[in-house]
Order: sequence, then C-alpha cells, then structure tokens
Amino acid sequence: MTINQSGWKPTTPVAGATDTGTVTGNRALMLEEALIFEIGDTQTTGVDIAPADKSTGGIASLLRSDPIGLPGLSEPETVRHYTRLSRQNYAIDLGLFPLGSCTMKHNPRLNEKMARLPGFADIHPLAPRETVQGALELINELAFWLIDLTGMHGVAMSPKAGAHGELCGILCIRAALEARGDARSVVLVPESAHGTNPATAAFAGYKVENIPATPEGRVDLEALKARLGPDVAAVMITNPNTCGLFEPDMKAISDAVHAAGGFVYCDGANFNAIVGKVRPGDLGVDAMHINLHKTFSTPHGGGGPGSGPVVLSEALSPFAPLPYTARTADGVVHLIEEEQADAFAEEHFGGKLQSFGRMTAFHGQMGMFTRALSYILSHGADGLKQVAEDAVLNANYILRSLEDVLDAPFAHSGPCMHEALFSDKGFADGVSTLDLAKALIDEGFHPMTMYFPLVVHGAMLVEPTETESKAALDQFIMALRSVAERCKEGDESLKSAPHHAPRRRLDETLAARKPVVAWKEPVPAAAEAPTPSEVGDR
Amino acid sequence: MRYLPLSDADRSAMLDTIGVAHVDELFRDVPEEARLDGPIRDLPLHASELQVERHLSALARKNVPAGEVPFFLGCGAYKHHVPASVDHLIQRGEFLTAYTPYQPEIAQGTLQVLFEFQSQVARLMGCEVANASMYDGSTACWEAIGMARRISRKAKTLISSGLHPHYVSVCKTMAKFTGDTLETAAPELSPTTDLDDLAARIDGETSAVVVQYPDILGRVADLQPLADAAHAKGALLIVVVTEPVALGLLKSPGEMGADIVVGEGQSIGVGLNFGGPYVGLFACREKHIRQMPGRIAGETIDADGKRGFVLTLSTREQHIRREKATSNICTNSGLCALAFSIHMTLLGEKGLRQLAELNHARARVAADKLAAIPGVRLVNDLFFNEFTLELPVEARPAVHRMVERGVLGGVSLGRLYPDEASLSNGLVVAVTETATDEDIDALAKALTEAVK
Repeated sequence: MTINQSGWKPTTPVAGATDTGTVTGNRALMLEEALIFEIGDTQTTGVDIAPADKSTGGIASLLRSDPIGLPGLSEPETVRHYTRLSRQNYAIDLGLFPLGSCTMKHNPRLNEKMARLPGFADIHPLAPRETVQGALELINELAFWLIDLTGMHGVAMSPKAGAHGELCGILCIRAALEARGDARSVVLVPESAHGTNPATAAFAGYKVENIPATPEGRVDLEALKARLGPDVAAVMITNPNTCGLFEPDMKAISDAVHAAGGFVYCDGANFNAIVGKVRPGDLGVDAMHINLHKTFSTPHGGGGPGSGPVVLSEALSPFAPLPYTARTADGVVHLIEEEQADAFAEEHFGGKLQSFGRMTAFHGQMGMFTRALSYILSHGADGLKQVAEDAVLNANYILRSLEDVLDAPFAHSGPCMHEALFSDKGFADGVSTLDLAKALIDEGFHPMTMYFPLVVHGAMLVEPTETESKAALDQFIMALRSVAERCKEGDESLKSAPHHAPRRRLDETLAARKPVVAWKEPVPAAAEAPTPSEVGDR
Repeated sequence: MRYLPLSDADRSAMLDTIGVAHVDELFRDVPEEARLDGPIRDLPLHASELQVERHLSALARKNVPAGEVPFFLGCGAYKHHVPASVDHLIQRGEFLTAYTPYQPEIAQGTLQVLFEFQSQVARLMGCEVANASMYDGSTACWEAIGMARRISRKAKTLISSGLHPHYVSVCKTMAKFTGDTLETAAPELSPTTDLDDLAARIDGETSAVVVQYPDILGRVADLQPLADAAHAKGALLIVVVTEPVALGLLKSPGEMGADIVVGEGQSIGVGLNFGGPYVGLFACREKHIRQMPGRIAGETIDADGKRGFVLTLSTREQHIRREKATSNICTNSGLCALAFSIHMTLLGEKGLRQLAELNHARARVAADKLAAIPGVRLVNDLFFNEFTLELPVEARPAVHRMVERGVLGGVSLGRLYPDEASLSNGLVVAVTETATDEDIDALAKALTEAVK
C-alpha cells in the first residue's frame, strides 16, 4: 500500500481557508498541521540504521511481502510536526487547568530529570536482583511514605492507574471474604461516586447499590446503616467526596461497616486535600488507591500513564497482588516478590501466602514511582501538609469569590475542601454549562469538570490545586464572573463559542455515528484532489 | 517551598476574603480526633533540589543500566535505541502537562497524535482499527479475552503455552472474578509450537484462542491454519505481540487471520523503565469496533467544516455506563503512545524494515556463536531477535555467574517458571540492534564459563 496516492499535499491552498484570509489556513502562530500520512511517505526515514546481512534463512516463509503503509519523516520534519501539534493543546504549563477531581498541579521538572537517570530508566524488569538493588530500595522508600502518610499497613505498588487500583482494592476485599468463607454479593456506592467505582465493583462480580446523599451533599449515614447486612461486602466511599466535601461521619461509617462484617474502600482521587493533615487509616479505611498522577504530581501526559498504588489495612495486606510491600514489626518495609512470598508470609502473617494474583506483567509504573518520590522528598512532611492547606485555601477562595454570581449548592453548609462545586441554576433559558465552558476557552482557561457529579444539575467542579498563585486565581475569577454574567443574560454569542481556539465546536455525534478511527486512503475524485475539509465528509 | 506560589501575605488576604481567621477552620468537617497536629513525625522535612538529586542519584547508582554492559534480556521488554528527538518532544509541556482531551477544541494536538498512533498500530498489526492504547501488553491481553467473550458469547479460552507466563497470570487473576475458563499449559523446550494442538482442541464452546507471536521462547510459526480452525468453530483468534519490531520483517497477525491483535509497544520509543510505564497496543477488525475497550480518537468536523478529532464511542466508557460498563479502564497510556508514534514516524516503513533486519541479523550471529559452546543447544532455529538455549546446567545460577563477569546474559526460564523443573536449563536470549560484536563475544565467553 502506498501512502496518499491522491497526491494531496499541504502545498495546495486549503479549501474554505478564506475565513482566515490566508491560503494556507494558518493564522500567524496558529499553524495548521496535516496528518503524517499526508506529509510522509514510506521511503523517507529520520533514522540512520547500519546495513544488515539480509539472509533470513528459515523464516523466509513468514516474511512480509506486502507494504505496511507506515509514513516516515526526516528528523527536522518530525520535530516540526509534533511541535506544531503540541501548540494546539492547552496544558498546565500554559495556565490554570481546574478540572475537578483531576488535581492538575504543576509538574516539577526535577522529577522528569530523576526519572531519566539511566539507573532508573534503563533497567529491565527481569534483571537479576543484584543489579537493581537501588530500584527496589526506591520502591520501598516510596512505599514507606505512602504507608506513613495514610496510616495504613501495607501497599500494593503494581496497579497502573486509579481505576486499576480500585480493582486491586476490591479484589483484595473479595479475596479476604472468600478466605473466611463469607460469600457477600453487594457493594454500596454513593450516587456521587466516580463512574469507575460501580464499574469496578461490577467487574469484580458484585451487585452495585446506591447510597443516597443528604441535602448537604454527604453520605446519608442512617440510610447506609439501614442497608448494611450480611450480604454487603464493601462500601466504596470517596473522601473528600466528589462534591468537594469531607465526609464528617467517615469514622462512624467505617465502624458501622466493620460491625456488619464488611470492608471500607476509599477512592483516593481527592487525597490532595488532606495529605499530611488526616490519615485515612485513622478513619477506619481498609483499602485506598492513591493516584500518583494527582496528589504526587506525576504528569498526566494527555491521558496516562497513571499510577495507582493501593494502601491496605492489616486485614487486607496478606491478599495484595504481587509484588507488594509490607512493614514488619521491626519497622522495616519489605518488597515481596513471588519467590520469597511464601517464606515471608509464613514468618509475618503466620500462614500461607494468600495473594489474589498478579495484576500486570511487571512491578508497576517505576517511572512514576521515581517522579512521585522526587516530589515527596522535595516537599517533606511539612511541605505536604502545606500542599493540602493551600489547595483547600485556593478552592475556598474561588468558592467565596464567585458564590454571588454562580449557584453553589453546598456553600451554605460550610467550607469546601480542594474543589468548589457550582450549578447552572440561574442561567438564561437555552444556555448550558457546556456554553459556559466553551466561553472560558476563549478567555484562555481550560474549563472545569462539567456535568459531574451527577447529583447537581449542570455541575461545574473547579479544582485549582495549590500550585496556582493568587494572581492566577484572581484572573480566573474575573473571567469566570464575566462568563457567568453572560450566561445569566443569555448572551447569544455563547452558543457559538469557542471563537478563538484552533477549532470551533466539534461534531461529536458525527464522529460516533460514522466512526473514522484510522487514516484511510482518500478516494481521489475525478476532477480534483480532496482537501482536508472534505475528508470529514467521506 | 519552591512549588507553592502563595506567600503568607497572600494567604492572609485570601483568608480575609473567605471570612475565616485560620486555615484550620476550613478543615472543620474533619473530626478533631482525626486531625494531625503537625507534620507526621517520623518523616523528613522538605529538601532542596540538590539534596533530592543527590539522594536519588545515589539510589540510581546502585543499579546496572542496560546501556553500560553487554545486555541480552528480553521476555516482554526489549532494549532498543530511541532517537534523541523522541524524548525531547514528549517533554514539551503541551504534551507532558495536558490531560485527557475532554475539551477537543483545545486538545487537537493530543487527539491528532492519538488518531495517527491508532492508524500506525492498525497498519503494523494488519488490522483495520486500533484504540488509543492500554496500560500495557498484559492488561491489553486480558481485555482482548473479555472482548472475545462479548462477541462470541462463550467463556472458554485456549491459551497457548507460548504466551508470556506473566500475561497468563494476569489473565488467570482476572478470570477468577469473571467466570471465564482459561486452559493453559507451560511450554516445552522444543522447536515446535503448540499451534497444531490448539487447533485440534477448539470446539463449539471455545470463545477464543490466544497465541503469542513471536512466543515466549522466541519461536515463530504461521498462524493462518490456526485462524482457519478457530473461525470454522466460531471462535476468535487473539494474537499477542510483545516485540513489535518483529512486524517490520514478519507477516502481520492480521494478514494471517487474527481477529484481535494486542501487544506491548515498549520497544518503540518507550524504554525499559524497570517494567513501566509501558504502552498496551490493541487492534481489531472494523466490524468489532463497538466492542473494543479503552479510548478511541475519531475524525469529525468542526462548526466551520474543518477536519478535527474527538474522543469517540465513549458510551463504552465507565464514566457513562457505570456498573454496566464493559471495562473499568478509565485512562490509556497517552504519553507512551506519543513516544511510540514519534519513534515510528522517524523510522517510517523503510526504517522499521531496516531496524527489523538488523535485529534479526544480530540475533542470528549470536545464536550461531552461542550454539557452538560445548553442551549448549539452540532450541529454536526459527526466531526473530530472541531465541532459547538449553544449557547443560540450570540457567538461573548461570545468569548470576554471568553477572559476576559483567554480562546480563538473558532471562532464565527458571525465573519465569519456578515450578517447572523441565524448563530449568532454559535461557532466553534477546539480541537487538544495540548488541555489538564485542558484546556478543563477551556473552559467549561469559556463558562458556558459566556452564562449566
């Protein structure tokens, strides 16, 4: 297969480019960039590879005979292609990125430098143990911090993301229940939970039931107690919750669940609000995943890689997936892999290893462990406490600076934690949260989380994080005030926002109805070559 | 604290605006007895960049980087040269510090990269479509089994003995909770794969057959007969590729009839990283697109009619369907997918073929040299860049003896299969473009000594 037989190249004027007044479609620093399949070809390469002896002997019958269709570019073209594309992205490095529940904080570059030390970046997961002692020590050291900061007993390091960590925690709970011959079938999840919580519980074979919320946006303790019974395996709570509020009854919830023979899973997505201030272990939590890419600032990278280690109570530690870490009575934290697992369990858990198995091929996200430890050591115990305080301070500053123009459904019940929740109440007819978000884009901000949590109409969840200066917050508040006023007035121009982004509103319905998810050779029209703007009409 | 911009004056002013005297009043929902009165006592206080660097560098120095010694480890993670521009580009803040493209108008960079990545992966695998990546190869493998179950409505999966044992473990762990039946076995030190045997075992209850290509011992075989046998019984063929560079030289699984092709993309652009983060690859036939897990970027147009990209088919996603979701996966491996895509763009078809040829040629040189060592037998003569040796002694201690001679000489099957005595003399050796003639000589010398 050749590439781009139709011959269209970005050297021809772009149809419909007249709205920009330029033949290229570019607008000064806003540069259009075609696909690699439109600018590259199969004979160009940006690497120099030593010639090889081409005798292939026995595998001759398995050799590829047809072209693959992979375009190549020279190094300068490659650098330009990706640099141009990068400039069509909003990023924390450019400005406030207040996605609620996502904790988009500054990513210190020291962490990047540390993760790239060859002693961490260039070691193999199956390397003989005597050649990777420093890596195991690093995992142990991070584990020690995570255990100490949460007041828990052990930690499973291998889960690759938050949702993967949730699954790990729920599987530990299931394994612990099975070990005592206790078949329970239900997991209780609050209405305001992240969608991953019910998905995880269902995957692990549980029936999911909702726990109602009080008008103050918290778990209804009495309703929860009334539902507990011998069929409830676990309760999955997010604390601070997705309304940005701390669950003051957390300890009472844990005590009630434990009394009924169940376990407490805490979604640690919002740990940033309490790190160094409160230890989940003191509140009776049995398992909690920690998103290293949130609280401990490993970069989000346009969506992954994440990292979701799970801290575990004493009751759940023996069931953790391998490899895992646990602290022994002498205060030492151990990393346990398959080979020593039985002996270790014999010595410290007084029995056989009960691990539920393996969750991923290797040890987990080492590159993220290095970054997270670098971040943690930089802050220290004092700095992490300050992180939580500043994150909460920033969120409350936003809440109180905007509650006169935006409806804040829970503001009357006291301070929020690390994120401020608003609703679309009071917007003019026909104006939605989506319109407000798109108008914020024109103001130079990434919008907040929209339409989540589901318990609030047209929800807007704003999480500034602690790494925003007061000046940055003030500018954001000014912009949001102005946009909120326009939403209340019913300003017509909102419906067509954004006006200044690299693209106007995109047709998501079309994308789902006629999915085009891989580049296909355009069929050349008889008269003229297709242009990029026509490609979407295929 | 260098990462915290607020000054004490800022904090006071903000507390005034909020109308409280002290920040602790904002934590009033936290019960008194649960609050820590100060920094956690047995943890150190904040440190300067220099101090942190010193501490972590000391830890890093206790490891032996692959680039500093003759290095021959594979088995699911491979040492390849990554061009300098790859790591430079992925560190651009607009890629590094962006998030999930929830607002496509200001995330076209990420979305177009994912669309290009999907297109590259689909072509490489010989499939029509691919997703925007998974956590890693092992989790992608499990997701493929789940997807096959949804398509076939059957729950028995036959797994080749040539599938990476850690991948098998991951699948077994998950299957315990989903009711899937997995039939597995350990491999034999033989040049012949178990594909014929698998084909014979497929029956009307079989949802899918999973094979690795090249397999854990480095063996390669034609997959077409197995694909035909599976399709004749209404089962799907899932092929796992842990070394995508192989597909620069070898026929793609898709052209040999695979329905779902998954794999580990770490070889291209990502680096070893002690096992993670890696990048799971997932490709399939277009007719199954709505059953494919994970994120997908799709093409569309904007209000001006300009081409653009969005995350699409997200009804599959947990955030919409909650307990009805097909998977609880919420993220992908975006930055690693970007690294893969940049490296693949630099290579292009021509560079990928050259790289694959070079890998095979280097491995051929090493295999011939090692097979000449007295008592050492080359198990499989058909391989890409990884092959298995049967040693006259147990391979595990031999690996450690080679370490003493400064050579990382391979992965012992005793480490991967601690319970299989019949495999304990097996050593899997991976040879990439990074191995020089001197490296191969050093390996031959170290192995000669280690098996005495």
